[in-house]
Amino acid sequence: MNHSHSTLSRSPASSGSTKTSARQGGLSGWLAAQLPKLVMAPTFVIIFVCIYGYIGWTFLLSLTGSRILPVWKFVGFQQYEKLFENERWMVSLQNLVIFAVLFIALCLLIGMVLAILLDQKIRGEGFIRSIYLYPMAISFIVTGTAWKWLLNPSLGLEKLMHDWGFESFTFDWLVNPDMVVYTLVIAAVWQSSGFVMALFIAGLRGVDDEMIKAARLDGASLPTIYRRIVLPSLKPVFFSCVVILAHIAIKSFDLVAALTGGGPGYASDLPANFMYAHAFTRGQMGLGAASAMVMLGGVLAILIPYLYSELRGKRHG
Amino acid sequence: MNRIKALAGAISLALSASFVQAGEVEVLHYMTSSGEAAAVNVLKQELEKEGHTWKDFAVAGGGGETAMTVLKSRAVSGNPPAAAQIKGLDIQEWGEMGFLTNLDKVAAAGHWDNLLPPVVSNIMKYEDHYVAVPVNVHRVNWLWANPAVFKQAGVEVPTTWNDFFTAAEALKAKGIIPLAHGGQPWQDATLFEAVALGVGGSEFYRKAFVEHDAATLGGDTMVKVLETFKKTRDYIDADAPGRDWNIATSMVINGKAAMQIMGDWAKGEFTAAGKKAGVDYVCVAAPDTASGFTFNIDSFVMFDLFDQGSDSSVKAQADLARLIMEPTFQTAFNLNKGSIPVRQDIDRAPFDSCATSSMDSFKASADSNNLVPSFAHGMATTSRVQGAIFDVVTNFYNSKDQSAKAAADKLARAVKASI
Repeated sequence: MNHSHSTLSRSPASSGSTKTSARQGGLSGWLAAQLPKLVMAPTFVIIFVCIYGYIGWTFLLSLTGSRILPVWKFVGFQQYEKLFENERWMVSLQNLVIFAVLFIALCLLIGMVLAILLDQKIRGEGFIRSIYLYPMAISFIVTGTAWKWLLNPSLGLEKLMHDWGFESFTFDWLVNPDMVVYTLVIAAVWQSSGFVMALFIAGLRGVDDEMIKAARLDGASLPTIYRRIVLPSLKPVFFSCVVILAHIAIKSFDLVAALTGGGPGYASDLPANFMYAHAFTRGQMGLGAASAMVMLGGVLAILIPYLYSELRGKRHG
Repeated sequence: MNRIKALAGAISLALSASFVQAGEVEVLHYMTSSGEAAAVNVLKQELEKEGHTWKDFAVAGGGGETAMTVLKSRAVSGNPPAAAQIKGLDIQEWGEMGFLTNLDKVAAAGHWDNLLPPVVSNIMKYEDHYVAVPVNVHRVNWLWANPAVFKQAGVEVPTTWNDFFTAAEALKAKGIIPLAHGGQPWQDATLFEAVALGVGGSEFYRKAFVEHDAATLGGDTMVKVLETFKKTRDYIDADAPGRDWNIATSMVINGKAAMQIMGDWAKGEFTAAGKKAGVDYVCVAAPDTASGFTFNIDSFVMFDLFDQGSDSSVKAQADLARLIMEPTFQTAFNLNKGSIPVRQDIDRAPFDSCATSSMDSFKASADSNNLVPSFAHGMATTSRVQGAIFDVVTNFYNSKDQSAKAAADKLARAVKASI
């Protein structure tokens, strides 16, 4: 069968073959048209089920009174009410605001300054760049543990200063409930500013040299060139950094787990830690799901305006 | 020759196995530290002696949080292990979900009702049917002290809270950290419940943490308890937050600190460091709680195998339950773990002085109605209520300006909200 079919289609003279080839052309044409969809289908299904499906499932869970396991007894928005009456949740939200604002601002500032300094065509740039980028290769667990030791008053920095004779030096943020959230900022900034720097360097390299030369000719000083020409053209990089850093901040879990364990008390809790504790260890799955939905809302609040402006920009461009 | 012997052994094993109807039991547990692993191994050997197969399902992580997460996913997918290490009030939660099997037959054959104090057997039952088997009893309200350090400061090991603060002052003056403590929520709660039992007494304790009576939780006695609790904060070192309990124990061992209030699992640390009870370290009841006993009981819960369980695996499961209560296992297990057996009729010779003193006070407190469940270890409340209490207690202990009255009010509100 196959054999005759193939010989037929190869001989255009025979009348039967034109029919076959036409039919086949239809099939393969159809295939060609549908191929991208067919190839994408599995990924689409996986993403649709595993991401959007589970978002929907989590939302449904958050409307139930589930405790240690999912129970489909709906209680309306009671879990959300409970959530916002929960002091620990409010502390974690407050921490998130402090953490996210400082983390993003410091990362951008440090990353940008490093990038500009590295952009001065200095010797050994590749080597220095890798050093600054290296922390990115470490997981937050390792970063957290290392900084836990560094910041521990009887082990790290404070002890070192005391051993060197600076007896009055104190740096006890790690064990001070009012200051502990800033230790998270320190460790996270250490880890992520190198990454921001890399993005900015890439952006800086993309700035047209001719423009800078022209500005030089016009007698503009270096700071002016950066302020008026280079940085404004880095706007897209700036936005990408904010979006990436913002979602790192909202998702932050491992850093808290390793660095402070949420303590002292629950002074350094972030929403992700609250969610994990309630959904998985405290048998409050409904409340945990509700907090997860609020976190998702936070991510969307940042992402939707960003995507909107991106997509609109593309259409106009 | 050896090969023939091995073959004969295999055949006789196969024969005996076919006689006793061998089955497989999958056991999920989180006893993975060296002493605990040795203890679990005893059970495995006992079970294999009966011809069954032990399928080990150990999930590391001291508090068992990871193990519980794994267990939940297994249970939801309809494939729970035959037995799992679950304790305290969480047994009730699992019972409520309809996952557990009935052990009444095994219990009746083994006279469990006579062997266990009602406080304990109630925890093992769901709606009056046995669903779990206790493996040990930990006493939580212990004070571990380094006598050499006390001698140096010229004070006695305290037995009341008044003495505690006098001694702590003297120790502090000598540059010794009076109380070794790890600032993790469960450790804060462990210290807090010792203070609650000491200052408030067992009646108050039961009303507050077992019955969750709002008036007691926010009442004057609670304020007093919280004040005493907060006062201990002056006698721990500044680095306590986040410290693990065994690090705190090692501070007592090497004389950097004088005392620690911790359950009898701390004994394992002293033993591992080669210290002798009564000589290098002493164990006394936490201040003002000599007649009381806060218990923390580890137990194995047996899951309903539903249709996936063959007769032989159901039999193996029942055998496991029976073996756990037998004196051989109870003795061997508890010698390894540092706790005491749940049965009263066990030979005391192999146990050390801390363990025998714990046995005495377990019996005495059960008779005098001073045997109370430890809420810090999930014996008195479900994890929901426990979590709510933890939050208030740890927040109060670490805050700089919260008053005891405000904390008591918060406690009452938090418990009410979580029920």
